[in-house]
Amino acid sequence: MNVIDVVDVTKTYRKYARRKQFATLKSAILSGTLVGDLKPDETFNALKGVSFSVPQGCTFGIVGRNGSGKSTALKLVAGITKPTTGSVTVQGRISALIELGAGFHPEISGRENVFINGIMLGLSKREITRRFDEIVEFAELENFIDAPVKTYSSGMYMRLGFAVAIHVDPDVLLIDEVLAVGDEAFTHKCLDKFAEFRRRGKTVLLVTHSLNLVERFCDEALWLNDGRMRATGDPRRVVSAYITDVEKQEERHMAAADARSAAALSEAAIASEAVATPKPGGGNVPEGEGGPPDMFQATEGRWGSREGEITDVQLVGEDGEPAHVFACGERVEIRMTLRAARALSDFVVGIGIFNLEGVCAFGTNTNIEELKGDRLQGEGTVSFFVDGLDLVAGTYKLDVALHKLDGYPYDYHRLLYGFRVKSRTQDAGIYRPRHRWGFGGGVSFKERIGS
Amino acid sequence: MIKNLTALLKYRQLIQSMVARELKARYRGSVLGFFWSFINPLLLLLIYTFVFSIVLPSRAPDLEPYALFMFCGILPWTWFASSLLESSNVLIAGGNLIKKVLFPAEVLPIVSVVANMVHFFLGLPILAIFLIYYQHPPGFLDLLWFPVVVAVQLVFTLGLALIVSSLTVHFRDFKDILSNLVTFWFFATPIIYPMQMAVDRGGKLFLDLNPMTHLMVSYQEILFYPGDFGHWKWLLALGVASVGLFFLGYFMFDRLRDTFAEEV
Repeated sequence: MNVIDVVDVTKTYRKYARRKQFATLKSAILSGTLVGDLKPDETFNALKGVSFSVPQGCTFGIVGRNGSGKSTALKLVAGITKPTTGSVTVQGRISALIELGAGFHPEISGRENVFINGIMLGLSKREITRRFDEIVEFAELENFIDAPVKTYSSGMYMRLGFAVAIHVDPDVLLIDEVLAVGDEAFTHKCLDKFAEFRRRGKTVLLVTHSLNLVERFCDEALWLNDGRMRATGDPRRVVSAYITDVEKQEERHMAAADARSAAALSEAAIASEAVATPKPGGGNVPEGEGGPPDMFQATEGRWGSREGEITDVQLVGEDGEPAHVFACGERVEIRMTLRAARALSDFVVGIGIFNLEGVCAFGTNTNIEELKGDRLQGEGTVSFFVDGLDLVAGTYKLDVALHKLDGYPYDYHRLLYGFRVKSRTQDAGIYRPRHRWGFGGGVSFKERIGS
Repeated sequence: MIKNLTALLKYRQLIQSMVARELKARYRGSVLGFFWSFINPLLLLLIYTFVFSIVLPSRAPDLEPYALFMFCGILPWTWFASSLLESSNVLIAGGNLIKKVLFPAEVLPIVSVVANMVHFFLGLPILAIFLIYYQHPPGFLDLLWFPVVVAVQLVFTLGLALIVSSLTVHFRDFKDILSNLVTFWFFATPIIYPMQMAVDRGGKLFLDLNPMTHLMVSYQEILFYPGDFGHWKWLLALGVASVGLFFLGYFMFDRLRDTFAEEV
């Protein structure tokens, strides 16, 4: 039996043009557009032809980027808004964890708020009295329950809201990204509570960005993108399709950022050439425009005499295609194109990888690694092969440089290229060595649900 | 609509506890707390007594004591006016409930009307004390009509509150128009002047068309004027009209209900 049935639902919101925003009764009457103004002239479809159904006892996850219509879908199921077209039917008592403690009054005590909030959520006074101690214990607020809610910290507020909502004992529980309400311990308690819900055959609809949670917890998942259904079914399949799409999106963003900095550079290059012409080949002038070539001063830019130039930098992933997003541990090639009009023999090629805080994760050059520049003339390529990009997930910046042995810069690119490392685990630090755990004797672990 | 109206009965407990919360929260943090509900009307009455017995002594002998006469009208008027002004804001202020919780929105204006009614009731002992003090006791038979007047005013106010609250969601500046409208309405109703004065100057038709006139005159006849309550026909007619207004208001509220979650 399906507890939730959503059939071909479209939800249209009215977009407020500036004129409409300030529309008033008086102006509506005076201009005679009272009826017209109440009709939307510019609309926005938050959901387009979405259908899904959730059988009894199923835990159903909805994933998608911000603004993809997840919360709208949840509100429709909760009955808070009505679909523009299509139909939504839900059987049984619903409790929606959309905003915790939405009905709390700041001036009165936690105790009174529990009662009023409970009644708002559909409990009777007697039911609340029976569950009161359990609610307070769950919220871990035994010592503060008689204090006015305005004195609560935001964590306490959320915990109390969560505790009331979860003790409504609904048949259908709707959760909108509210698991981040407390510390680790509280999150685990919430997850235990959900597990209990599942055991008791209740239906759960979960909207979250925690893909881990969807994979481990849900029986079925739906991926919404831009108000449309992109995929539905087995959570692992849906989540991996979603991740692939997000990576593609990020790839495009970082490529665009690189293109922008490249464009800015070529303009700067034209300007600096104009300045540099009076001193052609002035070997004793270290081209001060870009600032001092200090490796650890984290400013972006490009400087150098340009006797030898780095004309192009590409990061190439395992599939041989230039990319900006890589999996942790992936094989990566940093491919640089060099050019020199006159032959150079005193040159060193270096790279540096920095994280966003400016910490150098790795830096080396051909000189350190005991290679001596021999000849650079015309155009050529230099590749730096990384066998495993063992970095923790995050965004990194790349330095590449072509300089003399004594440090005199030909062409220095400072933090101009960004790339991102993706990982399903959230470890700390910069370096992520290949590793595994081993246990023996009386030590054993089992898999944990959740993030 | 009928289904929603019967559902309203189920929300009794919710309305009850929200009214209690409203009253508790209002004076929370003040030293005298709940006593303000008595002190406010008492101070008001003292001010009127001072103004109309010393600053502007009244010339009409049948309206003595003038402050008491005014008080009979101002007390219920305050209930009416604050209910309307509060309910004009109540859906926007409670936007969080409407947007984030499945919540019967009509409860909000109803709660503000009922909470103000409780304040009105709390002012009645002060009125009673002064009626006795001035030896101006109302007739016992007249007093039987008192609950009827209150009931009519309750239904009438509820109807208007529903209309006002749903309109302000769509037209925010209705709130500002309303406060001026209420002030005008106050002076267009025989509260600080007797009905007779307006009748003498040919304003009877105008006042008769004003529903609040009949409520205020009823209060005055029951509580202040000696003699029988002669205004009951008007009162009952208004009662019937009020029920109509309530259904109209509820109908309008119900029609606009689905737009609230998006507009507030």
